[in-house]
Amino acid sequence: MNLHEYQGKEVFRKHGLPVSAGFVAETPEQAAEAFTKLGVPVAVVKSQIHAGGRGKGTVYEKDLKTVRLQGGVKVVKSAAEARDIASKILGYPLVTKQSGPQGRVVRRVYVEAGCDIDRELYLGIVLDRKAGKPVVMASREGGMEIEEVAARNPGAILKEHFDVGLGLQGFQARKLAFGLGLSGETFKQFAKMLAQLCRLYVERDCSLVEVNPLVVTKQGNVVALDAKMTVDERAIELKKQPELEAMRDVSEEDPVEHEATSYGLNYVSMEGNIGCMVNGAGLAMATMDIIKQAGGAPANFLDVGGGANKDQVKKAFKLLLANPDVKALFINIFGGILRCDVLAQGIVDAVKEVDVKIPVVVRLEGTNVEQGREILKASGLKIIPAADMADGAKKAIEAAGLKR
Amino acid sequence: MSILVDKNTRVVVQGLTGEAGTVHGNGMLDYATQVVAGVTPGKGGTTWESKKGVKVPVFNTVDEAVRKTDANASIIFVPGAAAADGVMEAASAGLPLVVCITEGISIMDEVRLRAFLRSTKTRMIGPNCPGLITPGQAKLGIMPGYIHKPGDIGVVSRSGTLTYEVVWQLSALGLGQSTAVGIGGDPVQGTDFIDVLDLFNKDAATRAIVMVGEIGGTMEEEAADFIKRNVKKPVVAFIGGQTAPPGKRMGHAGAIIQGGKGTAAAKYEALRAAGVACVQSPADIGKTMKAVL
Repeated sequence: MNLHEYQGKEVFRKHGLPVSAGFVAETPEQAAEAFTKLGVPVAVVKSQIHAGGRGKGTVYEKDLKTVRLQGGVKVVKSAAEARDIASKILGYPLVTKQSGPQGRVVRRVYVEAGCDIDRELYLGIVLDRKAGKPVVMASREGGMEIEEVAARNPGAILKEHFDVGLGLQGFQARKLAFGLGLSGETFKQFAKMLAQLCRLYVERDCSLVEVNPLVVTKQGNVVALDAKMTVDERAIELKKQPELEAMRDVSEEDPVEHEATSYGLNYVSMEGNIGCMVNGAGLAMATMDIIKQAGGAPANFLDVGGGANKDQVKKAFKLLLANPDVKALFINIFGGILRCDVLAQGIVDAVKEVDVKIPVVVRLEGTNVEQGREILKASGLKIIPAADMADGAKKAIEAAGLKR
Repeated sequence: MSILVDKNTRVVVQGLTGEAGTVHGNGMLDYATQVVAGVTPGKGGTTWESKKGVKVPVFNTVDEAVRKTDANASIIFVPGAAAADGVMEAASAGLPLVVCITEGISIMDEVRLRAFLRSTKTRMIGPNCPGLITPGQAKLGIMPGYIHKPGDIGVVSRSGTLTYEVVWQLSALGLGQSTAVGIGGDPVQGTDFIDVLDLFNKDAATRAIVMVGEIGGTMEEEAADFIKRNVKKPVVAFIGGQTAPPGKRMGHAGAIIQGGKGTAAAKYEALRAAGVACVQSPADIGKTMKAVL
């Protein structure tokens, strides 16, 4: 789960991390008020969306053709200017390198006090899967995407792994600070904020924390100019982070994916014409792959899970049918915990309730497969049975009228 | 022969009296696995009975279960919030093998667990895995036992149902399995591909290996390097998620392409360079193994 910058900074503040003063605004008027409340000569109006590259992005009219504003992050010097910029941004799509071509509609801006930047650094913490530990990454190239730096100049990224029980040690913070060329008061501030950031990462069940850029001001102070936080979904599901859970912004999520999650289903939207329903993530990915290889395009990833009940199967079925691009369905089930008879009954119930106008191909194998096939056959529904995965993919594509 | 589990494996089931524990406790006993004990805190001293009337003593702690029953492996069916604690309890009781089926453990708990296990001699399989099976001998997992056949193909996979698919294809072609291991789909795992490949490589009863990977992380690339240096047996590999969009988590917590890393294409390239027989279609895994042999 991603947080907005303004939410991330709220959490940063609670952990004693240095951030500038700022207010969130949902209307141009609120943006003007925020500027006045800050009482500073210069502020920055920052679009709040869950995608990076906001500064270099473009705000469009709703038609996505006409440009309203170049850049989703703007420096302003008066309340009137803050109001004007906010009115150009709020309610319109911001397209960035990471947002996809549709962009994201900006619902809030963050009005933050400006600061005199001397240097921009990069600081991030992610999970190193191989090491099984979080790793701090730092570089002198603030403002650049870390992947870009890694590709161009991997030696420029300093790394320190830490144990989540022990936290980052003093010598590690010193190593990074020296590596970044910091000294004096700045050095001390950096070491302190780094330890706090590592603690935040662990205590808040993050999978990613990124401060890009972390700036050193002309006065020598360290300030987190951005705050990107991604929280482990499972910690949220386990109710370990209620405060962060309350920050969830569903308007930033794919509505179908969100609906699927509420039913306990794993769904990812894609652009394609064959809808698929599978049990198990690995088999679901493999099913998408085989549809593509057979000449179709998978419209989605859908894992109904190991312990799906009849009701979940029914809901999954309805989700797939709600997609107008889908020309045929391929249901590929290898019954383990999810028994084939349960799945079959779910399909039969769903087909009876929903008006199914497209062909449905079903491949069943595994636990109680005979009962499952019997239920489908006895239902009298027009379901195309498939002998195996390859056969199912082929039949789904033929039935969809997509055969090359 | 086989790896990790066989007919002498004596299993304690943590969470035996719960819903999942009961279902799969029955499943394991039906496969003639020696289920010797259950552990449910607060239910110590009671007896759990299988559908077919097998009585299994339930203990309050794993330690007590091990002392009284000589169990030498554990399988865990407790919910996400308590599973990491359960693994640590099993490891502290000195069990050499712990299979953690539980899905949904928080990643920070998995990181803590990994750190804890480093100081023990315990091998953990999982979490978020189907477990492992040595056909005809022992099943420590949730897979449908009947699709397996004793034989000499080792199977290792990050998936659950896709592993069943592979085993089903192999069995249909008359290719039995020495052991099939599901290592799980989480980003931080107890056992990785290299661990299992090493065991299969040294196992006299394993003639060839099927490896089923998926997008996310670099475990397959590391495995490719290991295979190139060490594995003398034929390896057939499939990588799921060739069509997966970047930045999206595909069901498994570990299955995500991030920052251009973890793509199926990169994994195939590394495996091909290591001399592995790579299969593009998931329907051809069994056939390819047959051809390789």
